[in-house]
Amino acid sequence: MRLAFGTRPSIRRRLTLQLLTSAAILAVVLFLIVSSFARQIGAESQDRILSASVASILDAVSVASGEVTVDIPYSAFTMLDNANDDRVFYRILQDGAVLTGYDDLPETTPGFATLPYRNETLRVVTATRRLSVDGAPIEIAVTVGQTRDAQAETLQRISRMAVYLGLGFFAASAVLAVLAGQVTAGSLRRLAGSVSRRGPQDLRPVEAEMPSEMQPLVRSLNSLIARLSTALNRTEDFIAEAAHRVRTPLATVRAHAENTLRRVDKEENRHSLREMIRAIDESSRAAGQLLDHAMVALRADHLELEPVDLNALTGELVDRLRPVAELKDMDIRFDEGQTGAIMGDAILIQNAVRNLLDNAIKYAPSETQIKVSTDIDGAVVRLTIRDEGIGFPQADATPLTGRFARGENASGVVGSGLGLTIADEVARAHGGHLEMHNNCGGPGACVTLSFPLR
Amino acid sequence: MRFLLVEDNTQLAAAVLDRLAQDGHVVDHAADLETAADYIATTDYDLILLDIMLPDGDGRDFLNAQRARGATTPVIVLTARSEVSDRVGALDMGADDYISKPFDFAELEARCRAVLRRRSGTATNRIRFGNAAFDALAGTLTVDGRAISLRNRELRLLEVFFGAPGQIIPKPKLVDRLFSYDEDVSENAIEVYVGRLRRHLEGSEVSIVTVRGLGYRLEVP
Repeated sequence: MRLAFGTRPSIRRRLTLQLLTSAAILAVVLFLIVSSFARQIGAESQDRILSASVASILDAVSVASGEVTVDIPYSAFTMLDNANDDRVFYRILQDGAVLTGYDDLPETTPGFATLPYRNETLRVVTATRRLSVDGAPIEIAVTVGQTRDAQAETLQRISRMAVYLGLGFFAASAVLAVLAGQVTAGSLRRLAGSVSRRGPQDLRPVEAEMPSEMQPLVRSLNSLIARLSTALNRTEDFIAEAAHRVRTPLATVRAHAENTLRRVDKEENRHSLREMIRAIDESSRAAGQLLDHAMVALRADHLELEPVDLNALTGELVDRLRPVAELKDMDIRFDEGQTGAIMGDAILIQNAVRNLLDNAIKYAPSETQIKVSTDIDGAVVRLTIRDEGIGFPQADATPLTGRFARGENASGVVGSGLGLTIADEVARAHGGHLEMHNNCGGPGACVTLSFPLR
Repeated sequence: MRFLLVEDNTQLAAAVLDRLAQDGHVVDHAADLETAADYIATTDYDLILLDIMLPDGDGRDFLNAQRARGATTPVIVLTARSEVSDRVGALDMGADDYISKPFDFAELEARCRAVLRRRSGTATNRIRFGNAAFDALAGTLTVDGRAISLRNRELRLLEVFFGAPGQIIPKPKLVDRLFSYDEDVSENAIEVYVGRLRRHLEGSEVSIVTVRGLGYRLEVP
């Protein structure tokens, strides 16, 4: 069913319209029943009085000394009196000849009839009686007729009442129909509301009170949610499990290789072992970053925003990475600036910052300093990491955010080409961006991660 | 130093045990949490290296339970899982630090040193030869009562010499100890650091001598 209003069929509109249509039909039927019943009652009561009138006139017909006399009783006409002064006509025939009364009344047969007469509609009753006059049989026919003004007026009054009754009935039904429509649509809206109000990570089943007709929908919805949740969990578990499966054996090989390297003296063996360790580092880094990248993509798809303290998060990472930097006699300095609250996924932001710090430690030479700072620029919170290393190979470093893209000058360092990709994706998922320059206030690379201020 | 390694992968555990023993530490190995709990109940450790995924449970839950019981032994968590999802929980659970597999032994040592320095405060791990005293944990060298602060590579280099006094240590081994495997460094780079150590050790009764063609040796009184 396509409705004239609205672009899509609405359950509420459809239900309301159906209820209103049936209410209208019922109101019309009610009107018709009441008015036809009224008409019938009116006609029957007029007929009864007319019959009584005719009977009383017939009773008054008598034969005296061979003459037929009719002494019309007074009551025969008074019983027909009414407020509307309906006019009464009568005629008495003896064997077809008019004895008395209106001789222009149309011919009638015994019984009831409705006739046009003098531009009016007349209800007439005719009855006959046989008498014997001097041994000869004669037939007296009495006809009494009455106009129907009173009946028409009564009928009109009752009809008007029936119209009011019908309208009232329709109005009451309309109110109920609208209410019924709202109640029905209301439970659907509640269901939609309880689903759409949820946070992106909220995959609990829907538990709102629903009418029994909607239970199948709720059940299918819950089963869909359960499957989605299982799939997401399975993906996260898979990523964790895959990382575990890849990294543990690599750790074993690496540890044994390092131990062996300590024991062997022959330079060519040592060279091979060093190459082995480099290859292990390369593959473990690639595996780790691929899995991190998958996890970042998964989380960025349904970002759970919470207030993140960029200074605390960065400070913690700087402390964590300081021992690694110190292995190269490098120093990390963190100048905490004012940062407002940013909304974001702390785990993702941590991963982005960590990748940038890792890069700085890897690519900058020993005994240099990495400067990390935070500040607010307008409506943007910025985290800047400057190193004193080789910098980016070209002025425009944007292509390095592509997957597996590495700078031409990075060949001597173990890397997967995913670090900047991850940082860039995290920034963009938060409505921010990643900028890369050379030589901003010193030699080396300068990377800025910006996030919109809440 | 006495370590407890809780790690279910026996080959990895063997390699870590081998390395820590080479560096003169005493290490017990537990392959599951139950064994680990038994060890902890009977022995005082300086540091626990704890894997997360163990056959009889999650290392983080174990850690949490240990901390709830008031155990304060420093713990470094070894994790092989994704960095994004996994690192978070470990520090909240009471770990002092974490390191992801596969790890560089130099990084593991650095983290152990940092944790021990942070946790033990005044505790020392001092080696003394004549008027030269070296505290590997604090990273300080004292010559004739004069404290000299060392940079990280100087510290690690001195640790090698003080750990093997009188022995000839070949240059390539020193390169391995000081530089990461993805750095292409010549053996001459070592000379720079040895030169610095010699300057620091001036006035002490120990000296680093060059053994031509073989390497270096720490001469002690």
